[in-house]
Amino acid sequence: MSHVEVAKPTDINIPASSLWSRLPVIGGGLGIAGIGATLAAGVGEHGQRAMFSYLWAFAAVLGIALAALGWLLIEHVVRSQWSAVFKRIGESMAASLPLFALLFLPIALLGMHALYPWTHETDEILEKKRWFLSNEFFFGRAVFYFFIWSLFGTLLYRFSVRQDTLGNDLAARDRISLGLRKFSAVGLFFWVLTLSFASIDWLMSLQPHWYSTIFGLYYFSASILAFYAFLTLVSMALKKAGVLQQAITIEHYHDLGKYLFGFTIFWAYIAFSQFMLIWYANIPEETEFFLVRLHGGWEYVSYALPVLHFFIPFFFLLSRHVKRNPKVLAIACWYTLFMHLVDIFWLVMPNAGGHGAHSHLSVSWTDITAIVGVTGIFLAVMGVFLSKNAVIGINDPRLSESLTHENY
Amino acid sequence: MSTTKLWGYLARYENPAELYHACEKVRDEGYQRWDACTPFPVHGLERAMGMKPTILPWIVLVCGVTGSVGMLGFLIYAMNELSPYIVGGKPIFSLPAYVPIWYEMTVLSSCLAAFLGNWILNGLPRPHHPAFASKAFERVTDDKFFIMIEAKDKNFDTKYTRLLLESTGASLIEELED
Repeated sequence: MSHVEVAKPTDINIPASSLWSRLPVIGGGLGIAGIGATLAAGVGEHGQRAMFSYLWAFAAVLGIALAALGWLLIEHVVRSQWSAVFKRIGESMAASLPLFALLFLPIALLGMHALYPWTHETDEILEKKRWFLSNEFFFGRAVFYFFIWSLFGTLLYRFSVRQDTLGNDLAARDRISLGLRKFSAVGLFFWVLTLSFASIDWLMSLQPHWYSTIFGLYYFSASILAFYAFLTLVSMALKKAGVLQQAITIEHYHDLGKYLFGFTIFWAYIAFSQFMLIWYANIPEETEFFLVRLHGGWEYVSYALPVLHFFIPFFFLLSRHVKRNPKVLAIACWYTLFMHLVDIFWLVMPNAGGHGAHSHLSVSWTDITAIVGVTGIFLAVMGVFLSKNAVIGINDPRLSESLTHENY
Repeated sequence: MSTTKLWGYLARYENPAELYHACEKVRDEGYQRWDACTPFPVHGLERAMGMKPTILPWIVLVCGVTGSVGMLGFLIYAMNELSPYIVGGKPIFSLPAYVPIWYEMTVLSSCLAAFLGNWILNGLPRPHHPAFASKAFERVTDDKFFIMIEAKDKNFDTKYTRLLLESTGASLIEELED
């Protein structure tokens, strides 16, 4: 195709009057209040439930930031062109990963006993797992995860911003893109491992007897699905605030909608694969997971998830017209985000009764404060990174392709 | 040799922009049985040609749903009525065991519908085409762009259609014979 020089967007900075530039204050305020209330309940007498609320909110939101990092790494490695208009938004999410190290502290300092039975219980199976599930190794791994995530999240953002300043120095621009591409290939390797092991450490070890080799992939599929929904909503909200009016088009939403659709299927595929093998083999160590989730009200969630998290969004997103209509797509995104919260709730909360004890399905006020708090902090930090620089990588060599991107 | 009969006109263009505007003109004249050939995809050409959205998605949907429902029905019938065996200590009716086959059949019937529907809608397979007789047309895989209008089109007129193609700036116009 003949190359037409495309006019670069000029509405690339968030106006000071928009809600976005006040987001750090609003989100930060909500975050501190929400997390404060949750943790205050967490250190109280019946604090266990509050700590589970906090872990749930932490895992659900961390997944989105982690998926943002993974998405960026993949887009760099494959030299993706269509997504160049979204890259800075994703980078702002990934750049907030160091913050999650801070958000992890309440779990490490206050929640270990309440959350993880392996810290204070013992039996034959747990003794064999002791080398892996010990406080020292557990925290060591956590430090390593946060180091990797912070390193890649921060550097991807930094170099992308440096590219903005290079103006017409084409060689330097391309050098940064090539460098990021190589860096991302290494990053993907570490990202896959750290994400898998983090989900094993923080979510799977809630039921320390139980194991599922596909669990990391389950957490990844849930997270990346929520990430695409979140990315779509953020870009819509940015457009509403008067940024990137011409840059982000129906064509981009169409592609995000395809991803949303695709990963809805992917999530169901992975979730069913996990269930199917456990159901078929019927070994007590493995069935424990579903046994807990088929009692005490959780059976309703278990049966509802395939319908509400797969069949309904599947048929809803099937049509091309839905993906090309931002208003309808936004509904699908909000719905997907809500179902992501339900999904992680279903992973975390049934263990709140402690090892061996079944917990009844219940929603506590600490769930609300926890999710508002963690989301608030995440939005605040993301907002800082978004409003500090342009919301688009203006010198990205792939930007012009992205601006003229079309689906056929 | 039997007498040859006019199949249609072949017009050659030198670049995508000329072809694009020529297609718009032909479209606006209301022709239906015509086509454009290019060495590479020309973005937006389907709009310049006024092509209607394909009905292929509906074919895929109908076949996919049929395959899906049919397979699920067959599984339930076969596993519960035809040969009810207890496998692995599971109940006779075990939905999870049906899911992989149910799912695969949905995918298979959708894919076959997409594949075969594509062939049928495009009139494939088509081993021969009148344009193959043209020496000039060989460069369609290289650097030239073509429009052909079939004589079967209700708007086709040996004089007027040639004039139309000339007015679009075609660098060559040939008659194709059936």
